[in-house]
Amino acid sequence: MGVHRRSLILSSLAIWSDMFNGLPWSPCVPVEKKTSVNEGGAQLKASIGPAGECILVLAGRLDAYTVGPLWPRAGRMLQDHADTPVRVDLAAVDYCDGAGVALLLDLLRQTRAPGAEVTLVNVPTKVAQLLEPFDASALASPSRTRRPPGLGRRLGDGVHDLGRDLYNHVVFVGEAAAALAHGLAHPSRVRWKDALRIAQEAGVNALPIVALIAFLMGVILAFQSAVAMKQFGAEIFVANLVALSLFRELGPLMTAILLAGRSASAFAAEIGTMKVNEELNALTTMGLDPVRFLVVTRVMAAVIIAPLLTIFADLVGLMGGAMVMMTFDVPLVAFMNQVSHAVSPGDFLGGLFKATVFGLVIAGVGCLRGLETRTGASAVGISTTRAVVSAIILIVVLDGLFAVIFFHLGI
Amino acid sequence: MHSDSQSPPPIIQVRDLTLGFGGTPLLEHLSFDIAPGEIFVILGGSGCGKSTLLKHMIGLYEPMAGEVVIGGEVFTGTEGQARRDILRRFGVMYQMGALFGSMTLLENVRLPLEEFTGLPDEAMDLVARLKLQLVGLAGFEQHMPAEISGGMQKRAAIARAMALDPDILFLDEPSAGLDPITSAELDQLILRLSRILGITFVVVTHELPSIFTIADRVIMLDKETRGILAQGDPAHLRDHSEHPWVRRFFNREATEAS
Repeated sequence: MGVHRRSLILSSLAIWSDMFNGLPWSPCVPVEKKTSVNEGGAQLKASIGPAGECILVLAGRLDAYTVGPLWPRAGRMLQDHADTPVRVDLAAVDYCDGAGVALLLDLLRQTRAPGAEVTLVNVPTKVAQLLEPFDASALASPSRTRRPPGLGRRLGDGVHDLGRDLYNHVVFVGEAAAALAHGLAHPSRVRWKDALRIAQEAGVNALPIVALIAFLMGVILAFQSAVAMKQFGAEIFVANLVALSLFRELGPLMTAILLAGRSASAFAAEIGTMKVNEELNALTTMGLDPVRFLVVTRVMAAVIIAPLLTIFADLVGLMGGAMVMMTFDVPLVAFMNQVSHAVSPGDFLGGLFKATVFGLVIAGVGCLRGLETRTGASAVGISTTRAVVSAIILIVVLDGLFAVIFFHLGI
Repeated sequence: MHSDSQSPPPIIQVRDLTLGFGGTPLLEHLSFDIAPGEIFVILGGSGCGKSTLLKHMIGLYEPMAGEVVIGGEVFTGTEGQARRDILRRFGVMYQMGALFGSMTLLENVRLPLEEFTGLPDEAMDLVARLKLQLVGLAGFEQHMPAEISGGMQKRAAIARAMALDPDILFLDEPSAGLDPITSAELDQLILRLSRILGITFVVVTHELPSIFTIADRVIMLDKETRGILAQGDPAHLRDHSEHPWVRRFFNREATEAS
């Protein structure tokens, strides 16, 4: 343990001294590098000198590991001798690092009565070199910390930021709508190759997870309702429940949430990284509009794949339901027959319409958050999080709105 | 390539430009001209606004006052097709290259050609390959930006900036993060392109060897006065500037002995 600790300390000292090589002062004084750390440590003794002054004797190694215990004791000793001069004798200090220097400066910077100043005596040359760049009197007042702004200021800033965000969102929606309309009017100007690549990444590669979640949903819905319905001999109506829930609500909703988790985050991260790397600036100075170039391809890809993924989720969910029903002795044919009677084209198409709108919103929010990325390493992470959270909130709010609208339209 | 009294009209004019963020000016009332074919270097201490000035000159930021004129056309505040026409006249190499990470080098250089020209597919490929050859990257067409070194990325970025044969190239810290040899090679490339193609270069750097190798003229920005401290030939400024700070900058002396 002791050997390990010593080697750790020596290696950290070596790094410290390497860092400062070439400076006019050397931060470490390896008088006896081999002295045992455990034995040596640092000592502090106080005594009264011939003229009644207090003499503090510091000895041994003054480093980051040894000065900690000394620090409060030294401070107390100074307070105990507030009215007499204090001489700090450093003759026996054989090693001093940045922490040791800080301790000495802390002693020097204390406010003392006139005639009761703290002085350093018998300062070894190397320690003097270390002290040379610093001015103890400049450290007398505590370092200025930035005062946190008051409540009024923070409130004002918050409202200002909110207003600016809202403005940016309106501008973005306008720009994106214009760019989409332009893309639809001039399909040859859309970068379909990029859109296909994105559609593959966000759609095809999402099939396994969508299948897993949808299948489980079908199984759980069917199983939970079948147990209850069996008591009334109404197992066959489980098919209605599963099919309607999946086609109208859960298929589009779960697909959208998966798409938000997988792709809104990916869009935000990709565009955010491009912004941090100045790739967006490069597009702008090439005369290419980042919204048209990056957002349109992603929105188009999402709008195409969201309904397709939803159809896939609906079918896999039905398979899950059918499998459970077979264990309840409902044959597949009866299940499918019941489903085809229960689900109208309106249910199916309404779900797909919702999925399409969800796709539009997910891609839009992902891109918006990416474009909003500020500078710095954490900025992309923040954008990604905001993209997923905003997308899910918007999906849930929109789903509620759709429920009301579909109810009034009688769909 | 120095401008003289008989010189053609300047290709870039910066007129009374004041720039900054959040209402606080960083640089005020800057005015200078850049002659066609010149290699013009913007210098200054860290944080004085060199890169910010460059970003105002290429239209990424709106200045607080004043304007930038490129090729006789006012660039600042111009929108629509007129702006795109001016953008077509220059290319920009960003500090870290800013190549599009999801595209090969060839696709990166092809992109402006695809977007702005009606060239047939094979012709675009050939033009892009020639640009890459010009910067010494023949054979790397199918590499992704992440697969090549920092110096090569910057050269590829220059190739992309030259895709549409601009009159002007803006380079933001071309030597940043490069070893001295790679940096010197980049300098030679700049000189070669300037000589062969007559491109005007506007370079932000503070690499002294680079400055003395490439610069026809420099301006030195100053954080304190928020203006231009000195301008002219770098070797002349090094030896004869009346500003001690300028002489220290070129002689690489610390401000105070510490």
